[in-house]
Amino acid sequence: MSKSDRATYWRQTRNLTAGLFLVWVLVTFVLNWFARELNELAIFGFPFGFYMGAQGTLVIYLLIIWFYNRRMRSLDEAYGIEDEEQH
Amino acid sequence: MRGPLTRLQRYYLYYTGSFLLFVLALAFFERQGMPPRWIGYAFLFFTITMYAAIGIASRTSDVSEYYIAGRRVPAFFNGMATGADWMSAASFMGLAGTLYLTGFQGLAYIIGWTGGFVLVALLLAPYLRRFGQYTIPDFLGARYGGNAIRLVAVAAAILASFVYVVAQIYGVGVITSRFVSLQFEIGVFVGLAGILVCSFLGGMRAVTWTQVAQYVILIVAYVAPVAILSYNVTGVAVPQLVYGKVLQEVTQLEERLFHTPAEQEVRQLFLERADTYAQKIMQLPDSLNHEREYLSNEINRLKASDAQMRDIVVLERQRRELPQDAEQARVRWEKEMFAAVERSQPPSHHAEAFPGETPEVQYSQKINFLALIFCLTVGTAALPHVLIRFYTTPTVRQARESVFWSLLFILILYITAPAYAVFAKFEVLKHLAEIPIAKLPGWVAAWTKVGLVSIEDINRDGILQLAELSLNPDVIVLATPEIAGMPYVISGLVAAGALAAALSTADGLLLTITSALSHDVYYRIMRPNASTQFRLVISKSLLLLVAVLAATVAAEKPGTILSMVAWAFSIAGSAFFPALVLGIFWNRATRTGALAGMLVGVLLTVYYIIRVEFDGIAWLGIHNLKMDPWFHVQSTSAGVFGIVAGFVTIILVSLITKPYPGAQQFLDGIRHGHEGGER
Repeated sequence: MSKSDRATYWRQTRNLTAGLFLVWVLVTFVLNWFARELNELAIFGFPFGFYMGAQGTLVIYLLIIWFYNRRMRSLDEAYGIEDEEQH
Repeated sequence: MRGPLTRLQRYYLYYTGSFLLFVLALAFFERQGMPPRWIGYAFLFFTITMYAAIGIASRTSDVSEYYIAGRRVPAFFNGMATGADWMSAASFMGLAGTLYLTGFQGLAYIIGWTGGFVLVALLLAPYLRRFGQYTIPDFLGARYGGNAIRLVAVAAAILASFVYVVAQIYGVGVITSRFVSLQFEIGVFVGLAGILVCSFLGGMRAVTWTQVAQYVILIVAYVAPVAILSYNVTGVAVPQLVYGKVLQEVTQLEERLFHTPAEQEVRQLFLERADTYAQKIMQLPDSLNHEREYLSNEINRLKASDAQMRDIVVLERQRRELPQDAEQARVRWEKEMFAAVERSQPPSHHAEAFPGETPEVQYSQKINFLALIFCLTVGTAALPHVLIRFYTTPTVRQARESVFWSLLFILILYITAPAYAVFAKFEVLKHLAEIPIAKLPGWVAAWTKVGLVSIEDINRDGILQLAELSLNPDVIVLATPEIAGMPYVISGLVAAGALAAALSTADGLLLTITSALSHDVYYRIMRPNASTQFRLVISKSLLLLVAVLAATVAAEKPGTILSMVAWAFSIAGSAFFPALVLGIFWNRATRTGALAGMLVGVLLTVYYIIRVEFDGIAWLGIHNLKMDPWFHVQSTSAGVFGIVAGFVTIILVSLITKPYPGAQQFLDGIRHGHEGGER
């Protein structure tokens, strides 16, 4: 892997990380800031703000990690990052 | 994970099957008249024997196996082990109760303790795994160079982990004393044995495989009772899906119950009691003397008349139990006053976000909610016993995937906890409120005896008002089987689950402390030439020593231990998170910067906790420490200041100091596995 390839790989990893981190901040802090207002809405019989705290946010967290893993796997393949078993 | 099952998956499938068979068999024997106490013993004996068998089967004398399970733990199982490692006695027993008591506000724990894993996945796990050494201090030492940072990291890891492990062993003592009626101190040492059988012989390898086994037990035990309860109430056995409806009913019941004249009267009475205490405290020491005089006069008057001996004895006991001096009276009465004030507060709706009478109170609730989430997420992503688990996978890719599995396995419990709380609240509002006290269900009396439930008929109408009932958070999970009228075997199952949660977390913590001492301090700093055999001997001796020390502290029943656990998150977060994250993502971070940032972060956090929480430290002769919190932030969220200060300090100091020459090579190594990275 050439030096410029390494730099691109790292830049793409960093951008992906930053983007997903931003999503995480949005659902964790911005959304919950408005929990009182969101509670006016209802979803599956729950007040929406409560539902997000009890279930919705957690599922989004899981999706963030899933998406990150998928993207990183294809990045690793594209750049031939070796990841053999090391003991 | 697709295709036919691996050998390991088959093993654990058999194991799960035999555990379920064991539970069914006990249920059968209970029908045949087996006494509850034996069921408790059977669970204790069966589970600890299982853990011991796994521990002995995975014994090892290889250093890499001992510290990091030989890096052979597949992602799926590492996820399960992390789940058990992560979910402690507090998650298992306390979380649902906290949600019951605080409603929406308690969701901060749910969000914080899961959101942290996103940070682990994105910012830490892959880089720790690609670095591929043994401990977190290892990582910081290699990134920044030098032993000073390693020592600071070791100290912070021990500070955060030791209180935590004491709390777990304390939890084991509570569980065993409650369910199999062992004496508390004996229970603590049974717990110690349960921990040592896993970790002593086999280190991380044995701990990993027992943690997987413990996860299975704890999740079955957590979900089963509430699923049965949900089936009884709604006809659907998936509580997580259907409790929205139950929540609506709870809200309607609340609407009606909160404003009944009897409830208002009770709250008024508690308010008056609080006033009385406030006055008595103001008039110290006269008020104490008055009280003693009054009781003496009463006793003499009764003795002179021909009153019942029993009444006199009651009064004499009251006189004997009066506080000894003004200082003691102040402490005791203040506690009574705050308890009364709390009970006089108008209750808030379960689902209401940031409840409060005035916009100011609501704002402070909101700030504390978000601050607590911040501290718990960052703390989760910085607790060494969790991070160390991501060293154990075979590859970087599996390290990433194992964070996904970890969060999935943890979610199952954390999505169930709010449902637990809502179902319990429904039962209380529907079947306890407005019921004559003489006719309350049996479980109330049973748990009152243990001191987890207390009822005080302050308005003497013989009927239970909500404000007259106070519940210890632990009781929600522990008593749900009885609330729903399930057989005792389910209660035994819950106890086994709580035990698994406490033991698995204690195992992980103990190993972290031991490896910080034996690997980082002894091998890396004191004797780099020590032979591997001797390193293992040192590790095992230290493990034994730390475990016995922790059990001894736990046997003393330190009262503040549970709140100290909440502080561990703030301490770990401010010590490790800024130095780790900037160390990975910012080339310019320097050794001096990181050292300064870690010290500033931890010291500020500890300073804030002490100033907000304590008025003085008696044995240091310090008084009048108490200060007003900054921006309404409570001491459990002290990390907000420490973590931010840590980041700012590292950045500022790094900009004016020179980077460590080995840093660039290290960063190439962890970012793209470029040869030359440390292996």
